[in-house]
Amino acid sequence: MRKTLLYSALILLSALFIAPFYWTFMTAIKSTADLYQFPPVFWPSEWHWENFAAAWNKQPFGTYLTNSVIVVVFSTIGQLISSSLVAYGFARFRFPGRDPLFIVLLATMMIPWDVKMIPLYMEFNMLGWINTLKPLIVPAYFADAFFVFLLRQYIMTVPMEIDEAARMDGANAFDIYWRIHLPLMMPALVLVGTFHFMNAWNDYLGPLIFLNDQSKYTLTLGLSMFKGLHEVDVTSIAAITVVLCLPPLALFFVAQRYIMDGAVGSSVKG
Amino acid sequence: MDMTYAGAEPKVARRKRSAIAHYAAPYLFISPWILGFLFFTLGPLVFSLTMSFYDWPVVGERTFVGLDNYRSMLFDDPQFWESLWITVKFAAIYVPFNIIMSFLLALMLHNITFASGFFRTAFYLPSVISGVALVTIWSWIYSKEYGLLNFMLSLVGIDGPNWLGDPNLAIVAIIIASLWGLGGTMLILLTGLKAIPKELYEAATVSGVPGWAQMLFITLPMLGPMLLFTFITSIISAFQQLTIALLLTKGGPLGSTYFFAMYIYDNAFKYFDMGYAAAGSWVMFIIVLLLSLGVMRWSAAWVYYEGEVRQNDGEGHA
Repeated sequence: MRKTLLYSALILLSALFIAPFYWTFMTAIKSTADLYQFPPVFWPSEWHWENFAAAWNKQPFGTYLTNSVIVVVFSTIGQLISSSLVAYGFARFRFPGRDPLFIVLLATMMIPWDVKMIPLYMEFNMLGWINTLKPLIVPAYFADAFFVFLLRQYIMTVPMEIDEAARMDGANAFDIYWRIHLPLMMPALVLVGTFHFMNAWNDYLGPLIFLNDQSKYTLTLGLSMFKGLHEVDVTSIAAITVVLCLPPLALFFVAQRYIMDGAVGSSVKG
Repeated sequence: MDMTYAGAEPKVARRKRSAIAHYAAPYLFISPWILGFLFFTLGPLVFSLTMSFYDWPVVGERTFVGLDNYRSMLFDDPQFWESLWITVKFAAIYVPFNIIMSFLLALMLHNITFASGFFRTAFYLPSVISGVALVTIWSWIYSKEYGLLNFMLSLVGIDGPNWLGDPNLAIVAIIIASLWGLGGTMLILLTGLKAIPKELYEAATVSGVPGWAQMLFITLPMLGPMLLFTFITSIISAFQQLTIALLLTKGGPLGSTYFFAMYIYDNAFKYFDMGYAAAGSWVMFIIVLLLSLGVMRWSAAWVYYEGEVRQNDGEGHA
């Protein structure tokens, strides 16, 4: 009885979350005739798969895709390495200045992007990085405060005894990070990797400000160009939106297995 | 060289080297962040703080004006207070809803086995969508004539309002569109729930502790660090709300969704008054910082860190 209620609630709620997505997909695949029907057409009379190819060829989306992939892959690698190192440093050591530094780190999370955007543009300009992908990649190698905080909170739920036992066995600080905390953190790392992937993939303001040439554009910028170029081309916008959503979705399907493994619980038990 | 051969090295030298390693190690681990902080945060911050004391147009003469930017913002600019009030209203509704709804969804998902993956994916799906795409989708949903929402309302006999055209409803529309992306928060809380050792619940059940008490004395305290995290990040994202409002309502109708971040954005990129915009961004920074520190302090009463407590046994607390 309780389960039935629970599942009914879940089905209803999930419908609310899926409906807009379903709607976008159907918009992408509808014929123009179905598009402006009222009441709306929930199941298109004809399936126009060629809408996707048509939308894709309206702009150099292949180039945009390459740029997006380069940014996402290299920045994710940097983010995972740097954020986990820093999180371990803050979670497991006592050192002069730790607490003030950590407060500074938290404070950096609260800095509105507006504060940094203009001076950052000037800094990257001085380095000759404007209109390259570097401003979108390099900062990821210097740890993101958001992810450091998340990983530190995660490390702190692991009992100190595990570290002490390893130290007794002769492990040094890096061993403990590499062999104990990194594997234990795996669910949180997958979470961080997934979040960072989404952020980098979906980032709009960064590419908008740092990139000028169309040959350097990422997919989101291409999609926003669509809004400008073809204001009424609802089908193409929907089609590109669907394409844009596929990689993060695929990643999420792979990642959720790790997220749900609950590695921490099982390791602490042993 | 054979490091495993005990006694090959004088004891003092070994101790000294390990002492240096001991003191340097933590700084080495956090060095990526320290470097990044200097080059990508502190540098730009100092620059923007400097700008806030200047009349700094994009082209043309800059003049030092001291605190004039701040003074005229606080005392002569009604738009400052209006946009701040709209942002506070938004945060006051969005933050609690975001956390409570995420927590309830995570709890429901944690308590089922069959099809839990499907539902988890369903709730997370919107978070996968980029800002540009999200706004496009919601502008179709809210459309007065062709919109999905008003069609649904018409099915139950309600004449749907003009969501984005009504000053009282536009902010509600933005809150709903924002809450649609609560999947990230839910996922963090769900990860936290999964990390709570099952033994705690088993022991409690054996001792006859009722479900509500397990929720109050096991789940919530153990989830404390994650709840604190989501609380603070929700406040921050609420105050920086810009993309959705900018693209969905453009601050309208009648300025009813003119958020504080948009006020700063307009001053910088529409009026090109960089000094004034920098001053505004510093006001936002200070407000968000004070709010977050307040939450952190208050959280000491309810957040429980397993690692930290163990450390205190030996060394006491700073």
